[in-house]
Amino acid sequence: MEKYKFLRHTADAKFQAFGSTLEEAFINAALATASLMWDWEKIEKKIEHRIEAKGKDLKQLLNGFLEEIIYLLDSKMFLLSSLENLRIEKKGSLYVLRALFKGDKYSEKYEIYGDVKAITYNEMEIEQNAHFMVQVVVDV
Amino acid sequence: MELNKINEYTWEIPKTGDMKVPALIYTSARLLESIRRDMTLKQARNVACLRGIQRKSYVMPDAHQGYGFPIGGVAAFDMDEGVISPGGVGYDINCGVRLLRTDYTEKDIHEKRAQLLAEIFREVPAGVGKGGITRLSRNVLLEVCAKGAEWAVENGYGTREDLQRTEESGRMKGADPSHLSPRAVERGIPQLGTLGAGNHFLEIQKVSDIYDEQVSRVFGIQFVGQILVMIHCGSRGLGHQVASDYIRLMENKFGTRGLPDRELINAPIRSQLGQQYYKSMSAAVNFAFANRQMIAHWVRDVFAKIMGSSEGMNQVYDVCHNVAKFEKHRIDGKDKEVCIHRKGATRSFGPGREEIPEVYRSVGQPVIIPGSMGTASYILVGTSEAEELSFGSTAHGAGRVMSRHEALRRFRGEQIKQEMESRGIELKSTSWKGVAEEASQAYKDVDEVVNVSHKAGIGKLAAKVTPIGVMKG
Repeated sequence: MEKYKFLRHTADAKFQAFGSTLEEAFINAALATASLMWDWEKIEKKIEHRIEAKGKDLKQLLNGFLEEIIYLLDSKMFLLSSLENLRIEKKGSLYVLRALFKGDKYSEKYEIYGDVKAITYNEMEIEQNAHFMVQVVVDV
Repeated sequence: MELNKINEYTWEIPKTGDMKVPALIYTSARLLESIRRDMTLKQARNVACLRGIQRKSYVMPDAHQGYGFPIGGVAAFDMDEGVISPGGVGYDINCGVRLLRTDYTEKDIHEKRAQLLAEIFREVPAGVGKGGITRLSRNVLLEVCAKGAEWAVENGYGTREDLQRTEESGRMKGADPSHLSPRAVERGIPQLGTLGAGNHFLEIQKVSDIYDEQVSRVFGIQFVGQILVMIHCGSRGLGHQVASDYIRLMENKFGTRGLPDRELINAPIRSQLGQQYYKSMSAAVNFAFANRQMIAHWVRDVFAKIMGSSEGMNQVYDVCHNVAKFEKHRIDGKDKEVCIHRKGATRSFGPGREEIPEVYRSVGQPVIIPGSMGTASYILVGTSEAEELSFGSTAHGAGRVMSRHEALRRFRGEQIKQEMESRGIELKSTSWKGVAEEASQAYKDVDEVVNVSHKAGIGKLAAKVTPIGVMKG
């Protein structure tokens, strides 16, 4: 199964990410988001950030989770390379996601070629058929 | 979708279903083709369904699909019955353009243009992940957000005259940075005084055509070949965070049920959350004004260093492209305060409006419309008719027609640079891929966009400028 693919969208970037579990689809959505800014395969795994995101539904959770990537870039100059131990739990009426981000701090050896301004809800889909699919449009 | 053609440059979506008002689209037959293919018209209709909307849901000539509101969407709301919506402003709050004039001619700088561009590239931080020059304290950042470009001038960046020639005099008075989230502040601290990336750029330009000599002269644009500098950037991560924060807060408070699009989430203007968003958004607007003020100052420094002087490098104007404001407009024969949203649209006030600088009050405000990378940009002048036609608004740029992904697949940055150089345009960028994404073929024809604005009467042509040096973030 491919991790993610980009679809036609006039102004912004739209992708679908896939997984045999919801967690895997979320991980691949994070990699798709990162791929709009840098080549995550070329980033060394030197630094770790534990992140937590919450949402009153899965779409808000996905939105908040992907926002973590942009927040860590802007505030810590952190470039995501991979994700580990991603877990999604339902606590009362709230979904909670925890994960470990691995990557490196920006330096001249890395090329950042794009800017993701925000994760939007536009055309956002979370589907479960034979596998999980999440669709996201990001503002670039 | 059913569209009624009103005239060569105006189409209407009649009021049907839940629409409270019709939608009006300023476009041409050719531009209409491209917006019919995406969700622009549907989004304009969704906006027309929002509570308290006044007159019409307007769509500017450069419009394309956004999220919630279309990019190029203009809507005004009743202060008591209406709403304020983060999706009606956009994520890049006060993305905008500043234009500086000079007394230099193309000939004066010809030998030194590469050097000028290289030095500007060194002085102005650009690209994703590049920090500003100074690490600010939290308190200083909050002061910047309260005072906008005034803070920058007080701290040695530019002159008081610059403030007079900035929309809102460079400071939204309603800003209250205490409503910014810790994350918004954290993202803002390293990014003050940075150009950013994406479609943001800084250009050295020459005047290539003057359509209205009298108006252009008032703006300080006097002759063909005159050198200008254009700066296009916004509020960076701080503004993006404000939008994301308030979309979430409004969703949690009011829920998303019944909304045709989740990004249309809104709050009553007079509600606590509506007010907090307005105050935070205004703080982000101020951050962007300060940002452009600092960058303009560095550009002047570079000209002083390389050319020997920065005298005469006065600011023409600085305009916002993504903003919500309280303005007075004439509705049903009465002057009424409304909350106007301009998302990917420029204010286009005509002669006499007290909001525009005194020096321009006899002719109307300058409207600065940047083209895409390597193409022409235009200086227009606001009109009195625009107040009737579009709440005093017009286009803000070329508007994309091709996704970044598609552009990346089709074009190579190195090739674009070569092609631009063969046309006498220098290019500096932090990334080749970034250059390919911004290829001019990925944008609408800006010439057609400004022509529609001119013919529809929402912003009249004053002058055309073309780049000779481009710095892409």
